[in-house]
Amino acid sequence: MRGQNRSGLRFTVTVAATMFGAIVVALGALAAGPNIVPRVTGAAQPMQEASPPPLARPITDDVRRMRNYPEQPPVIPHAIEGYQLTLHTNRCLECHRRQFTEGSGAPMISVTHFMDRDGQVLADVTPRRYFCTACHVQQTDAKPLVGNDFEDMLLVGKSRR
Amino acid sequence: MKAIFARVKALLLRFWHVISRPSAYLSLGFLTLGGFICGVMFWGAFNTALELTNKENFCISCHEMHDNVYQELQRTVHFTNRSGVRATCPDCHVPHEWTHKIARKMQASKEVWGKIFGTISTREKFLDKRLELAKHEWARLKANDSLECRNCHSAIAMDFTKQTRRAAEIHSRYLVKGERTCIDCHKGIAHELPDMTGIEPGWRAPPELRGSGSSLELHRIGLVDYLADL
Repeated sequence: MRGQNRSGLRFTVTVAATMFGAIVVALGALAAGPNIVPRVTGAAQPMQEASPPPLARPITDDVRRMRNYPEQPPVIPHAIEGYQLTLHTNRCLECHRRQFTEGSGAPMISVTHFMDRDGQVLADVTPRRYFCTACHVQQTDAKPLVGNDFEDMLLVGKSRR
Repeated sequence: MKAIFARVKALLLRFWHVISRPSAYLSLGFLTLGGFICGVMFWGAFNTALELTNKENFCISCHEMHDNVYQELQRTVHFTNRSGVRATCPDCHVPHEWTHKIARKMQASKEVWGKIFGTISTREKFLDKRLELAKHEWARLKANDSLECRNCHSAIAMDFTKQTRRAAEIHSRYLVKGERTCIDCHKGIAHELPDMTGIEPGWRAPPELRGSGSSLELHRIGLVDYLADL
């Protein structure tokens, strides 16, 4: 401890101040009851075997979801279980590739997906956009673990309570 | 050379001489009953041996199958699922009907050759050959109208109302009308896929059937005409 190198009086004062501060904080915490974010590990004891909650079911209703902001990657409204997405094959592009959208009725991958990082437009999907599920995800019926007060930017300031 | 040929001929002639005459020592009853019992035993042994080679354990006794395709199968819905039905190797890769099974088994003698000479004895060799092997299976299932799929999944028993809207629509448009068969769209349902570059999605009509109704096709024809005029 650094305090021990200096005068004994100073060390005593520091310790006393720290303890006083700790007590004040602890009392405050007891009184106010702060919002504690749930632990990621869940409520179970760490060393005990916990029964896992049932897996959430994916939403597969095929209805396009509004994006929460323009740059949001659209979410996937259909089942993708067992779809192979490897270096060899991309099941998503079997419907969403430009050439196939006429037959499949699926939305085409957006124009940004044809551009490499220098803004050059390629004839097919650019390698950096190849792995769809890096950005596009399925939605499930799982309950959110923590609350969310995200507001649509058009409503910001208008719906002040 | 000539001497050997003559000896073989003499042997065959002697055999024919013995077999073409009535038996001198054995009774007719012994011969017919004995023949019948031997026949049953042979047939039973043959079919038992055939069944032994038609088990998952037999397939994965070779490291080529165990280390590659079997590992991949274990991650798919055909291995574990909510209703506990499991498809093993022969369920999909060997026809269940006897004649077709024998035909497939005879074809599979090629695989013994491959095993002996190590055609896919390493992971790299297997990956290099995967597209060719997969194409064989796709062609076989295409030719028999996905018979092995239909041993369990029949179009008649499908409840389209229990499927998602998209799946029901596609199945009633392509599957029920017989325009496509299972394997056309459902490739890679039990194993990882090879490099699929250039292999079109199964729901697409084959090029010769692609009608002029497609705007893509109209575009192509227009381009061809334009280039011909130049």
